[in-house]
Amino acid sequence: MKGAFDWLDHRTGWRGWLDEILFENIPGGASWRHAWGGAVIFGLGVEFITGFFLWLGYSPSSLTAWESVYYIQDHWAGGWLLRGVHHFMADALVILLGLHWMQLVVQGAYRAPREINYWVMFGLLLFVIGAATTGYELAWDQHGYWGSKVRLGYVGLAPVVGPALQKLAMGGPDLGSYTLTRFFAVHAGLFPLGILALLVIHAAVTRRHGRFSPPTRSEASVHYWPDQALRDGIGCLVVLAAVIGTVVWHRSAGQGTSPGAYLGAPADPFDRYDAARPEWYFRWLFQFIKYFPGTLEVWGAVIIPGLVLAVIFLMPFAGHWKLGRRFNVVWMCGIALSAMVLTFISLRDDQRNTDYHAAVASALRDAQRARVLASAPSGIPATGAVTLMRGDPFTEGPKIFAQKCANCHRYDGHDGTGKIPKGAQSASDLKGFGSRKWLAGLLSDPASTNYFGGTKHRTGKMVKFVNTDVAKFSPDDRANLEKVIAAISAEAQLKSQAAADQRDAAMIAQGRALLQNGMRCTECHQFHKPDEDATAPDLTGYASRDWLVRFIGNPAHADFYGDHNDRMPAFGADHVIDAQDIGLVADWLRGDWYEP
Amino acid sequence: MDNESQRPRGDDRRGFLKRCCAGAIGGALVLVPLTTGMGLLLEPLRRGAGGGQLVRVATLDALPADGVPRRFPVVARRVDAWTTFPDSQIGAVFLRRTSDGAIEAFNVACPHAGCFVDFLPAARTFHCPCHNSYFTIEGNVATPSSPAPRPLDSLAVEVRNGNEIWVRFQNFLSGRVAKTPAA
Repeated sequence: MKGAFDWLDHRTGWRGWLDEILFENIPGGASWRHAWGGAVIFGLGVEFITGFFLWLGYSPSSLTAWESVYYIQDHWAGGWLLRGVHHFMADALVILLGLHWMQLVVQGAYRAPREINYWVMFGLLLFVIGAATTGYELAWDQHGYWGSKVRLGYVGLAPVVGPALQKLAMGGPDLGSYTLTRFFAVHAGLFPLGILALLVIHAAVTRRHGRFSPPTRSEASVHYWPDQALRDGIGCLVVLAAVIGTVVWHRSAGQGTSPGAYLGAPADPFDRYDAARPEWYFRWLFQFIKYFPGTLEVWGAVIIPGLVLAVIFLMPFAGHWKLGRRFNVVWMCGIALSAMVLTFISLRDDQRNTDYHAAVASALRDAQRARVLASAPSGIPATGAVTLMRGDPFTEGPKIFAQKCANCHRYDGHDGTGKIPKGAQSASDLKGFGSRKWLAGLLSDPASTNYFGGTKHRTGKMVKFVNTDVAKFSPDDRANLEKVIAAISAEAQLKSQAAADQRDAAMIAQGRALLQNGMRCTECHQFHKPDEDATAPDLTGYASRDWLVRFIGNPAHADFYGDHNDRMPAFGADHVIDAQDIGLVADWLRGDWYEP
Repeated sequence: MDNESQRPRGDDRRGFLKRCCAGAIGGALVLVPLTTGMGLLLEPLRRGAGGGQLVRVATLDALPADGVPRRFPVVARRVDAWTTFPDSQIGAVFLRRTSDGAIEAFNVACPHAGCFVDFLPAARTFHCPCHNSYFTIEGNVATPSSPAPRPLDSLAVEVRNGNEIWVRFQNFLSGRVAKTPAA
């Protein structure tokens, strides 16, 4: 064996290389201080490895990005751990490099002849942040998409080159597949190569000048292996344990969203997302920009941060003088402190913002729902997972209701999405519409605001009938009424009532018979038999999907309220809402959506 | 920098322990990130062979009575990575009536290298244009110069509802003597 090694060494000199690495001189003895470098290189190595494996399963296009990431997290063994490590190690690298930079400034390690090393090290921090920022968007979920839209907007603010730069980054006039291909090329190609180049320069320059050691250390120098290697290894182990611990904790706290790093609902350019926030290391900038409204924005977003960066880069020159070194430390402390204060203010403002809380809750609901829909047996269609969301009554119904119906109607007292509308309620509360409970309420207190109270039907024949005749019903009549209610409710064929309707088939048959012969309903309403004299809404198929879609389409149709219609618009006949949306809100009101 | 003469000569036991620990930690640091990706990398090896999909292909009246094979596309649900195509062409079959009244189905893929075979009505044989394999009407290899290692792959057929022909469609690995499902 030794012969083989000798043969190779004679030709390549590999032993010399190994000696250089393992037996590098560490002046001042092994120290934990030097473990930074090892931890950063380890972190970068982990990112390269996990990045490559993710690359095996990721597809950068607007129709396949979210879908491939969802698959990695939910369908591939260990995929959640892989993406989680990749995500949180990036955060760890930003922290490590940030702290390392602060340590360099405090110890004045940028002084001659180590200026280049200082710039390379700070450049490394910027490249890592760049890689993290481009990586953030690649999942193409609502959070990443809208965050990127905002960020690219700021790019466009830069003086002179802004608009052109923005177009180059987006790959066109707007965000789309070309944005993903460009961001991915930069994320997996440009930044890694840049980082490698910086590391090579860093290693070369460090070798040339020897590792920096503060003058206070007096121990004799040692070799890298095994003393410093051990310290480096333990440092890396701590970082790895922290990252994996975060991923595992995140999985258990995920509340039904995709396990591992967060994955929101698929990006939808037409679905406003109010919960957008940047990553934690940009929070300070997010808050800072708020103090520069309107045309001043470019100062807060580009110019002032740019000047701050310039001072950081010039620190080695300021470091020639003792006062300059003091200034550098003060500048660094100022930056760190301001960043922390701004971040704190931003988080505190969010905590007090109820609209933001509602937006976050809605985003979480959408993320969970996207996962449920994507894992349905019918799978994800070729048009992308976003079409699953757009065709889902559970997701779209409340939004359509809030926009188009909640001006007058209510759903369990709110607008369908949880907010209380500002105006007064002037039409019925539609939660449980068509159910036995809802109908029983109508037939006991129709003048309440939850039924006809806000409309002109408050003084109509139905209200009079219930308040005078039904109020005087004998117990036998009440029993009959219960059967009639069950029969009308069965017309709706509500999913939630399917079992009860089947169980009570006999009662429903009796109710039907009573409706046609005995109860007075058919004096005004039509029920299965055509009736030219009917003046009230048709009870045939009441609250069924077809009935509801036609009703929303035109409540003034002869089958419904006819000339007695109050103010409800003909949403379909007058083209206020398109047919798909009417179907979605009807399905939602009837509780008819996919459940696993 | 002259490192050659500065090999470590520290206290042997402590030095040995340090070296062991450093080595072990180093090993763990390399292995843990690698294992997170192993699931993704090796996933294609994990999936077992499915039994094929039962697909409605044609009706009995579409088959000629004289036993001449006719080609039909197989349209079924197809899953490609994360996308589900509900009605997509996943292959094609030749269907024919045998002399004893049964229905026979062959996968159109040639067992040699996967090209699609044609049926030559004049010669009443199947022919693969890629490397000139010939098969009899029963699917057996017809000439000694045919490079096909086995006969055309036959598939299970069911007749349902009186006249619907359903085929259990599957693909098989090409180039092998044994008929092995490709899944």
